[in-house]
Amino acid sequence: MDLFEYQGKQYFAKFGIPVSAGDVAHTVDEAVAISERVGYPVVVKAQVQVGGRGKAGGIKLANNKAEVLTHATNILGMDIKGHVVKRVWVECASDIAEEYYASFTLDRAAKQHLLMLSAQGGVEIEDVAAKDPTAIVKLHINPIVGIDEATAKKAAADAKIPAKAQDGVAAILVKLYGCFTKGDCDLAEINPLILKPTGEVHALDAKVSLDGNALFRHPEWEAFRATEELDDRERLAREKDLQYIGLDGDVGIIANGAGLAMSTLDVVSQVGGKAANFLDIGGGANAELMTSALEVINFDTNVKSIFINIFGGITRGDEVAKGIVEAMRRVQLRAPIVIRLDGTNAEEGRKILADAGIPTSRLMSKPTMLEAARAAVDLANGKTV
Amino acid sequence: MAIFINEHTKVIVQGLTGGQGKFHGLRNRAYGTNVVGGVTPGKGGQDVEGIPVFDNVADAVRATGADASFVAVPPKAAPAAILEAAGAGVRFIVCITEGVPAQDEARVFATLQRDFPGTRLLGPNCPGIISPGRCNIGITAGEIAQPPTAGGRNVGIVSRSGTLTYQALFELKQQRIGVSTCVGIGGDPVPGTSFVDCLAEFQNDPETSAILMIGEIGGSAEEEAAEFIKANVTKPMSAYIAGVTAPAGKKMGHAGAIVSGGKGTAQGKMDALRAAGVKIGANPTEAAQLMAQIIAALG
Repeated sequence: MDLFEYQGKQYFAKFGIPVSAGDVAHTVDEAVAISERVGYPVVVKAQVQVGGRGKAGGIKLANNKAEVLTHATNILGMDIKGHVVKRVWVECASDIAEEYYASFTLDRAAKQHLLMLSAQGGVEIEDVAAKDPTAIVKLHINPIVGIDEATAKKAAADAKIPAKAQDGVAAILVKLYGCFTKGDCDLAEINPLILKPTGEVHALDAKVSLDGNALFRHPEWEAFRATEELDDRERLAREKDLQYIGLDGDVGIIANGAGLAMSTLDVVSQVGGKAANFLDIGGGANAELMTSALEVINFDTNVKSIFINIFGGITRGDEVAKGIVEAMRRVQLRAPIVIRLDGTNAEEGRKILADAGIPTSRLMSKPTMLEAARAAVDLANGKTV
Repeated sequence: MAIFINEHTKVIVQGLTGGQGKFHGLRNRAYGTNVVGGVTPGKGGQDVEGIPVFDNVADAVRATGADASFVAVPPKAAPAAILEAAGAGVRFIVCITEGVPAQDEARVFATLQRDFPGTRLLGPNCPGIISPGRCNIGITAGEIAQPPTAGGRNVGIVSRSGTLTYQALFELKQQRIGVSTCVGIGGDPVPGTSFVDCLAEFQNDPETSAILMIGEIGGSAEEEAAEFIKANVTKPMSAYIAGVTAPAGKKMGHAGAIVSGGKGTAQGKMDALRAAGVKIGANPTEAAQLMAQIIAALG
């Protein structure tokens, strides 16, 4: 789950990382009220999860109320690379002496945490890496050891961050690591991390991505989930607790297991079709789950055929079949279903489907993934199968 | 022979009294696996269809001599369950639990490395391991796996995806090709056992003649496998990589299946494996067909 900048800054603040005084505004009036409260000059920043906000005119400095009015009016509702700006973050403008970069991620290959630190901040770190890889210090951190201030300070020195800023940077690195680990982040990034002329170090931006698996120990994340940018189909799927990603094709997909669901999209593409979605119903498919899945698929008016691809392991074939039969009683489906069922209790499952008395024009069984994909794509293209 | 497990492996199920633990633990036993005990705190002294339940892993190991554990507990409890098993001397731990936070996985892995270097963890979020006809730990439907033929050409399978693992087993069975061992390493960002670990074992396993590998988008485990194959694997291989059409920046069901910043794409992985001499199938069926050709060519 990716956070907006304002959420990232609020998250940082919880872990003691210094950020500029500011708040989030949904309206021009709110933007003005925040500016009056924190004091001019302020920066008005579009809240969208896409790079290049500044170039698109989504970040503006305002020296007085009139300028806040102008900028907030322009930025709210602005379209930045397909993202409509619904909120702006308004914060006290900072004087900047120098800009650095700092982030923590998990290095999956090393199975350790990775600190990346550079004295060249304020630009895309990928660009720095391409131009001058030696400008980035990469330090692996053992997850059961962590990072202390001395290690962080040495990293700052190695990154050629000037001596006057090293203590401030080190203190923030230790706090950022706390945010990354205790806050269950996939990514915690500050770019730029700034040195003010007064000598303080401080986070001017925040990029935070949270690990959805840790939601159970972070009830406060519900507020972040509420603002996630989902389309209507994805929102419905979220309400039904389904692992769903909306795509723009016309073959609705239901599969059990993430790998099989991905593979189903690939196979549909190979036979010339296009999937309308990714939907992994995981283990324990029953009538309730299948009903929910079919309701979400049915909600998508682009869907012309539905490909249910089940290989039984945790999910038992007879349960799946009962679920489909029951779900087809509950949901008035617009599109026909092609199913491929194999694995645990698959034979029992196929028998349940065959005995259910559903016409093959509504529910068709195919023995292999490829045949099922071909049938589903043909049906989506209006061909009879 | 098989890798990691064999017909003598004695297995306890942590969470045997829970829904998943009971269903799959009993299925594993019915398959012929030596399921010697279960662990559920507070339920020591009970039994599940004749399988004795213990309060903790140490008691279970003392009483049964178990050398493997099947962890089927919820995500909150999984990290402690894994470390408890390792602490009790269990050398091989299979964790099927989906939804363990990545930070916990990283800490568990680092703790195992430091304190229990002789212990191997498979998973979390994996389907488990099966040596067909001998031992099945996890959620694989044993009947879809073709047992190896003695002295014949058998395939080792290693996969990041559960259902695609079953798919591979199923396809090989259709072709009557035996499987020495099938290892599901799981789809999380910090798997306890990697492709490379399994490839090294398969390379040394006299029963394994060829290797089928199933990967997916995200991370660089397939690229690392490709490097390892170039340097160390002489047995012929075929592979399939899922997620060619997956959109960037989305976790595709598995916590580890994400293309980010242009890295971890299916194409990059296929290219790396192809460069290492691995035959690449465009779908799971094709990868299995390529494997059938490899086996036929081996004679």
